[in-house]
Amino acid sequence: MAEEKRIVLRNYGKIDPLSIDDYINAGGYKALEKARSMGQKEVIDEVKNSGLRGRGGAGFNAGTKWGFSYSTEADQKYVVCNADEGEPGTYKDRIIMENDPQSLLEGMAICGYAIGATKGFIYMRGEYPYVAEIVQKAIDQAKAKGVLGGFDIEIRLGAGAYVCGEETALIESIEGHRGEPRFKPPYPGVAGLWGKPTVVNNVETLANVPVIIEKGADWYKSIGAANYPGTKVFTLSGDVVNKTFFELPTDATIRDVVFGMGGGIVGGKKFKAVQIGGTSGGFIPESLLDTPVDFDSMAKIGATLGSGAVFVMDEDTDLIDVIERITKFFEHESCGKCTPCREGTKRMHEILQKVNGGNGTADDIALSEKLGKVMSRACLCGLGQAAPAPFLTTLEHFKADYDAKLV
Amino acid sequence: MADFKDIIKEYQHIPGGIIEAYNAIQKEYSYIPEDAIAVAAKAFKVSKAEAYGVASFYSYLKIGERGKNVIRICESAPCHIAGADEVIEALEKELGIKMGESTADGKFALEFAECVGQCQSTPVITINRKPYGDLTPEKIPAILAEYK
Ligand SMILES: Cc1cc2nc3c(=O)[nH]c(=O)nc-3n(C[C@H](O)[C@H](O)[C@H](O)COP(=O)(O)O)c2cc1C
Ligand code: SF4
Ligand code: FES
Repeated sequence: MAEEKRIVLRNYGKIDPLSIDDYINAGGYKALEKARSMGQKEVIDEVKNSGLRGRGGAGFNAGTKWGFSYSTEADQKYVVCNADEGEPGTYKDRIIMENDPQSLLEGMAICGYAIGATKGFIYMRGEYPYVAEIVQKAIDQAKAKGVLGGFDIEIRLGAGAYVCGEETALIESIEGHRGEPRFKPPYPGVAGLWGKPTVVNNVETLANVPVIIEKGADWYKSIGAANYPGTKVFTLSGDVVNKTFFELPTDATIRDVVFGMGGGIVGGKKFKAVQIGGTSGGFIPESLLDTPVDFDSMAKIGATLGSGAVFVMDEDTDLIDVIERITKFFEHESCGKCTPCREGTKRMHEILQKVNGGNGTADDIALSEKLGKVMSRACLCGLGQAAPAPFLTTLEHFKADYDAKLV
Repeated sequence: MADFKDIIKEYQHIPGGIIEAYNAIQKEYSYIPEDAIAVAAKAFKVSKAEAYGVASFYSYLKIGERGKNVIRICESAPCHIAGADEVIEALEKELGIKMGESTADGKFALEFAECVGQCQSTPVITINRKPYGDLTPEKIPAILAEYK
């Protein structure tokens, strides 16, 4: 069984989150100092070679992303931290920010130095005003100590829109608009916030950066899965014994997470399914539990690592009822900009309501399967593209549950 | 209570600060007064339609009156299977209103929410964005008493 390994949460429980002195005494801000003694390109290469891939869901190589903004000339560039954390079942970014806010700030400052940005924004979900308070105190302390140099960081609070986690919708929201995703390209790295080159990275991604600079790319690359190195912070919810967070090397398996760290199913019941990566993730049956959790292995079984949310369901769970609930989520959160998603999420919810209510037919299932396939290709952003995944994967692995409810 | 005009003034120099201004207004009023939309539009130099469009896009922003203490119940899947429906029933019974309504004395508003990021202690509600977890119907009266 995989053992917990704390890199992102290296300071968890060891320092007072509201004391920058604690952070500095634990070796904090040495990495930023080291980065500043290196060339910008050298810092980017170090991050690139470490193999660090985005922890916000898309799994893009962080150093490569930084490289785009570095090589785009502009009078102003931005570092944006995605702290929107809207995927149901996810609370890892909150844990990181509540317990070690300075490591996020240091990661952002290193990114700022590397790409040539003097300004950073933390876009924090509106549900976390109490986390914003902690992070604001951390910013104030860092400013007072002068550790950030000329790098300025500002917090912007969201106001309850899941789609604002999508990077271009997030940028629209910081600019003060409705959070509707933009057409890509151009990508934010080239033309993002106010049209300027902008790196958008997740909290967990950025909190990894100081350690990588301090200990080097080779050290980081040697941990976890070769194609998705390092650790991942998982947050457990549902019918699992240990509903809490764990940081594991990425070569752990789903079984390690659910039955090892998670301690198995509450009340000694049998396992039914686990949904990983948040509400847009695929449902995984018992037969696939030995799959490694890294990004590519998960993609191979039609699932996602996503945010690292682990939602466990026991044998008594009515999966069709859960899927109906999820389709309602997407109908509610669709921003309405593109038709396949605006209409598709609505119809999908209608059909699932009918099926869950015991009035659905095999034709209804066939129709929504077709609709789901169209949506995953035709929708403008990841919200609509991923929305059908829970339905499609349960149809694949738990068809009998649907059949039992059909007329 | 701070006037919304003064609050908007405080934020109008911030590029893109209209959402911050709306959040700040709601902290005072618990909702966005209709008249604040036109004032915000002028201050942030956007059309009234756009200022309205922004306020109506975000689910935490509410144009027009509602109860002072906003209770939101997470109905995302992890909270759903943990018994959010029973918590909803208990809240509706205790307050004598249905989801989406406010109490006649203007003290409480009852709304749905999606995941609020406290999924280690499902089911969860928030009151004025402060989370309360591991809820059972029995715990509701004592929690509400803090706000009465
Ligand atoms: C609908 C939707 C919601 C998203 N929500 C989040 C989120 O809450 N947090 C996050 O970091 N990334 C989220 N993402 C991914 C971002 O678009 C983006 O890929 C990420 O912030 C990049 O950072 P990373 O490379 O460090 O992962 C979301 C994407 C989509 C399509
Ligand atoms: S896929 Fe959905 S959320 Fe994304 S742009 Fe289209 S309507 Fe908006
Ligand atoms: S699912 Fe309810 S708080 Fe996350």
